[in-house]
Amino acid sequence: MEIFEIVIYFILLGLISTAIRVVTTSNVIHAAISLVFTLALSAILFLILSAEFVALVLVLVYIGAVIVLFLFGIMITRAPLGKNAELDNDKNKKMGAAISGSIFLLFSYILINNFDGEVNIASGSSTELLGEILLTRFIFPFELVSFVLLAALIGGITLARKDEALIDKDQV
Amino acid sequence: MIVQPVLVVAAALFSLGIYGILVRRNAVMVLLSIELILNAVNINFIMFDTMLADTMMQGQIFTIFIITIAAAEVGIGLAIVLMLFRNRQTANINEFDLMKW
Repeated sequence: MEIFEIVIYFILLGLISTAIRVVTTSNVIHAAISLVFTLALSAILFLILSAEFVALVLVLVYIGAVIVLFLFGIMITRAPLGKNAELDNDKNKKMGAAISGSIFLLFSYILINNFDGEVNIASGSSTELLGEILLTRFIFPFELVSFVLLAALIGGITLARKDEALIDKDQV
Repeated sequence: MIVQPVLVVAAALFSLGIYGILVRRNAVMVLLSIELILNAVNINFIMFDTMLADTMMQGQIFTIFIITIAAAEVGIGLAIVLMLFRNRQTANINEFDLMKW
């Protein structure tokens, strides 16, 4: 049990350090890669907390698809690859550190004071039960979220494509 | 396993995401910071789900919905950034001052 706790503390330490790297590195590609590590470590944490389906969804959707989208976005918008001193807005640094630090202190004060206790991790799979609940009790939100995805698909195409047909040449 | 360190780490991830949103100049980097915030929320949901041992597993179900909405949000967000880049030849958010008077 003790080794288990040590492993969890290492994961939490890795989460914090990679997340710091996401917001402080001056290289855009390094930020995206650090986000991959953050998400992978949180997937491992989900596995430990016996939420294996969520961990797999996180790996598939985030590391598989979202990060690729981000890399595309970085490449297409021609963000300067390599070190880039212009990436941060230096004027905002002190204010940002103050605001985020106070949010962190407030949240951790509330969380530490209100939630105490230990979790005993159950062995075994929860995926079967999860699927059953998702398709019975939560079937309406499930269908709704598929509609949201369809709307996002259409919206993304409409926003990103260069639509010559919609521009009225006489009026411009 | 003790609950509090995980919750504090999730709070730290949340505040780091806020810091990234406030400090970063490139719009894609701001979207990366938003992902960090959503991930912190996911960690909290899973932790509370395990802690409360909910029979309906609502924490995990909410996390799946959050991941789906986040994927949609990234698609739309990057499309908007792309359109802004096409019109203004830059992705720096401090240069998008069209709606400022």
